[in-house]
Amino acid sequence: MDTNIAIKELLYKIADDQLIIGHRNSEWTGLGPILEEDIAFSSMAQDKLGQSQAIYNILNTMGEQDADTLAFMRNSAQFHCCHLVEMPIGGYDFSLIRHFLFDHAEWLRFNMLINSSFEPISKLARKYRGEIKYHIMHADVWLKQLGNATEESHNRMQTALDNSFNMALGIFENGPYQELLKSEKIFDGEEILKQQWLEKITPIITSSNLKLPAENTWQPALGGRTGTHTEHLQPLLDEMTEVFKIDPSAEW
Amino acid sequence: MNNSIDPRVNRINFPDDITEKKELDQWITWEVFHQRKRGEQHEHVGIVHAPNSEMALVMAKETFGRRGHTANIWVVQSSHVYSTGYEDDDIFTTTPEKIYREAGGYKVMDKINKYKKEQK
Repeated sequence: MDTNIAIKELLYKIADDQLIIGHRNSEWTGLGPILEEDIAFSSMAQDKLGQSQAIYNILNTMGEQDADTLAFMRNSAQFHCCHLVEMPIGGYDFSLIRHFLFDHAEWLRFNMLINSSFEPISKLARKYRGEIKYHIMHADVWLKQLGNATEESHNRMQTALDNSFNMALGIFENGPYQELLKSEKIFDGEEILKQQWLEKITPIITSSNLKLPAENTWQPALGGRTGTHTEHLQPLLDEMTEVFKIDPSAEW
Repeated sequence: MNNSIDPRVNRINFPDDITEKKELDQWITWEVFHQRKRGEQHEHVGIVHAPNSEMALVMAKETFGRRGHTANIWVVQSSHVYSTGYEDDDIFTTTPEKIYREAGGYKVMDKINKYKKEQK
C-alpha cells in the first residue's frame, strides 16, 4: 500500500510540472518572436499537456479522479509542481532558459523511468521519449544561438540563467518515499537525477558561452512538491480553469 | 492601453515606438524537404526562416512535420538553390505539345489483348 502512495506522489509531481509548464508556455501562442518559433513553442506546450494527461490517466487507474478533475478542480495547495514552472513567462530569455533547464531534467527523468519496475510509467516514458528529445534539441539550439550571438542576447540569457537556477534546483526536491521507490526499483531518486542533469547541462551551457552560477550561491527553491507555492500559481489556475468552471459538466 | 479579451495580450507592455521590420532584415530562408517514409522521395513543402542550418531543422520539424508521418527532413539554404529564370520560361513553351514523348501515344492494347488470348 505504501508503494502505491509513493508511486502516486511521483506521478503527481511529474504530471503537475508538465501541466503547469505546458500552460505557461502556451501563453506565448500568437505572441512568439517569429512565426516558425511560435508554432514550435506552442506545439511543444501541447506536448506537455498531452504528457500530463497520460500520467493523470495512470493516476485515475490507481483510484484518483479523472484527468479533467485533477487538472481543473484542484487549488494551488493541492498541486505538486516545482516553483520553476509556475513563474510567469517573463521575456523570451526567461522562457527559453526555463525550457532548457526543465526539459533536460524531464528527458533524464524519463530515461530513468524507462527502466522502472512500475510498468505503466516505463511504457509511458518509452512512448514520449522522442517527443522530449525534440524539446531538448530545440532548447539547445536556441541556447547556443543566443548565448553566442550579440552582447545583448548573451547578457540576457546569462541573467535569465542566474535568476532561474535556484528554482531549477527545486525540480529535484526530495520526497518522503525516495528510499522506497529506489528499493522497489521504481525510480532511482532525485539526487542521482540532479547529478545527471548537472553533467548534461554544464557542457551545453559552456559551449553557449554562458556560466552556471557559482556553487556557493545554490539554494534550491523548495516547497512546491508539498503544496507550498509562489504567489503565481493560483492566478494561473484561476485563468486556466476559467472556462471549465463556467460549467464543469459540459460535454466538449 | 491594451484592451483585449485575451489576458495575455493585456499583460504585454508594448513599447510606444514600434518600428516596422523590413523583409529578411535578420534571418535568411531555408527550403524544407519532407520525407514521409524511408525510401520515398523527399518533397519540397515550403520555407522557414532561421539563422543557421541547425535552427532551420528545428523550425522545419514543427512547421512541416507536426502532423502525419515523417521519416526525415532536409533543409537547404534558399540562396543555394540554382534555378531557371522566369525570363527564360519560353524554353518550356512547346513541351506540352510533344505528346509523342508520352507513353499514351503508343497503341499496344491490341497486342496485349492478342497475347492474353493466346495464353488462355
